[in-house]
Amino acid sequence: MTESTPLFEAVGINKTFGSVHVLHDVDFAVYPGTVTALIGDNGAGKSTLVKTMAGIHPPDSGSFRFDGSVVDIDGPRDAAALGIEVVYQDLALCENLDVVQNLYLGRELTVRGMLDERSMERAARETLASLGVRTLQSVRQLVQALSGGQRQTVAIAKAVLWNSHVVILDEPTAALGVAQTEHVLALVRRLAETGLGVVLISHNMVDVLQVADRISPMYLGRIVADLPVTPDTTTEQLVELITSGRSNGTEHGEVVR
Amino acid sequence: MTTRTTDGTSDDAGPTGARTDFALDEAPSDFRSSVGQSLARMRGGDLGPLPALLAIAVLTTIFGLANPDSFLTALNLANFLEQASSVIVIAMAVSFALLLGEIDLAAGFTAGVSAAVLATRLEEWSLLPSALTAAAVAVALGLFTGFMVARVGIPSFVVTLANVLLFQGILLLLVREGGSVRIENGVVKDLVGSNLTPAASWVFVAGAIGLYGATLVRLRRASGGSGPLALLVLRLSLVTAGAIAVTFILNRNRAFPNAPAPIRGLPIVIPVVLALVVLLNLLLNRTRFGRHMYAVGGNAEAARRAGIDVARIRLAAFTLCGLMAGIGGAFLASRVNSVDPNTGANDTLLLAVGAAVIGGTSLFGGRGRMLNAVLGGFVLALIPNGLTLVGKRILPILGEIDFSSSGVKFICAGAALLIASSVDALSRRPGV
Repeated sequence: MTESTPLFEAVGINKTFGSVHVLHDVDFAVYPGTVTALIGDNGAGKSTLVKTMAGIHPPDSGSFRFDGSVVDIDGPRDAAALGIEVVYQDLALCENLDVVQNLYLGRELTVRGMLDERSMERAARETLASLGVRTLQSVRQLVQALSGGQRQTVAIAKAVLWNSHVVILDEPTAALGVAQTEHVLALVRRLAETGLGVVLISHNMVDVLQVADRISPMYLGRIVADLPVTPDTTTEQLVELITSGRSNGTEHGEVVR
Repeated sequence: MTTRTTDGTSDDAGPTGARTDFALDEAPSDFRSSVGQSLARMRGGDLGPLPALLAIAVLTTIFGLANPDSFLTALNLANFLEQASSVIVIAMAVSFALLLGEIDLAAGFTAGVSAAVLATRLEEWSLLPSALTAAAVAVALGLFTGFMVARVGIPSFVVTLANVLLFQGILLLLVREGGSVRIENGVVKDLVGSNLTPAASWVFVAGAIGLYGATLVRLRRASGGSGPLALLVLRLSLVTAGAIAVTFILNRNRAFPNAPAPIRGLPIVIPVVLALVVLLNLLLNRTRFGRHMYAVGGNAEAARRAGIDVARIRLAAFTLCGLMAGIGGAFLASRVNSVDPNTGANDTLLLAVGAAVIGGTSLFGGRGRMLNAVLGGFVLALIPNGLTLVGKRILPILGEIDFSSSGVKFICAGAALLIASSVDALSRRPGV
């Protein structure tokens, strides 16, 4: 693994909700063309960390760096302007609209004030094709007619349609069957291959070992390691890290705090 | 690397081969697969305007058989269209609320207040300032409702329930209890009740068909030239035949034999309602605002995350609802050439909501079109129109029943609404 500069970096992030200290001096880095898995038990602070990066919960202290320079993320708009997109677990698609309409929701193309359906449809097709999506019958299908995996695909495509640089996927395979999980994981890999910095939040260690290049386990609000995935990385090791914050098999040169 | 594919579209997707990856993503290119796709969509729960069209056909057949001399006449056709017009316009108003999954119980009284403003202003002012004032009042009432719903955060059911009383009170103050305001202005009187000249009728029909045909062709081009040509031709020729037949019938004299003057031509409500439908259709289907309305109605949270200002969309929708209800008020006033405390009261609102729902607009938000209001309005206007003509009949078991009584009319309209909303609810249930 080359130690390139992180595309996006959170440094020394602290966040409290009332008296609860949810994030402790969290350092987290996303590299271009790399899938970084963020794993941890329920309540470890994964979602809160994501929400600070997405501008939904600005941190109490700490800073963000994008391409090496310090940036302010003071709201969802700032995050979107930097090209940070989050695909939440509930996907947030409109079932009564079709695939193209969902992909362009809120950023519709217009010609003289009227919707430019033709351009949107073509670009939607190209985006889906570039992601290798072949499971959709038509880009004019209503989302309500799609399967869970197809919806996930649409939600991910929506996130990458906009020259995004960092895509954060919150448990993208949680509700999917075996075949659909495979499709979505392949899509996650392909996102990284196109040069995006991909963050994968997951509970599923098998999924994580299959697609991630690096793993950041969280334990009680702290990032306890920054591991490159090697053939020796084991599920047991990861489970130990997220349940106790320590691991015996930490000999791959990773940073353990 | 531009190649021509079989359906005549150019494959310009480039090296990514976007087009070939969606080999199945072709609009149906022949008639049969197109019909098949429509059937599949209906099985998927999207019945669209089909139930309303079916109801119109069934009701027309029943009433036509029950009173062949009076129902299927040019006079009754024109009469029916005029009866339906105000319900249709107010149903279009309510559709804006329904598309968001909201309701406006006070749309009828918004119409009443606006009509009262129009009528009282016309006593002193000329038409234009009076009409603008009436429209402004309707917009203000809608804006008020929208503010309460979108900014204060009160459920629309509660806000508009309060509005029923508020607006009814305003209406009573405007026309004074027990009184009524007569309308003398010719233009307002002509809106419902007067006809285009036969020549103007033909010109209008020719223009409308031409516009419709041009739109069909343009839409077909916009979708990359796909879609079967046969279907386009069939649609256009059906509409053309229907329009020509109706114009031909209505252009003949339909006055009673001993009437002092002949009555001929298309009722003015036809072009007016049609223009409203086309305009609102354009707004809903071809603008960002319309798209955002459907998005908010389908999933407000998703719309919010997509950066849509949900509160502003709600505010705008209720404002448009108010404006359209105000226009509906002009129709109500024009029909009887006066405004009284009952203008827009009684069953006006129920019929309007019923018309939208019967036409296929969902009460749950996100699904519906303006054309639905027209079709549903036809169904709900057909029921009293036909029943009045049926009159008293002696039935085998039930004995004598007066079909023209309000009791029978209410029961039939209620049943139609119940059937329509059952279809809406059942079609949303997965696996039905």
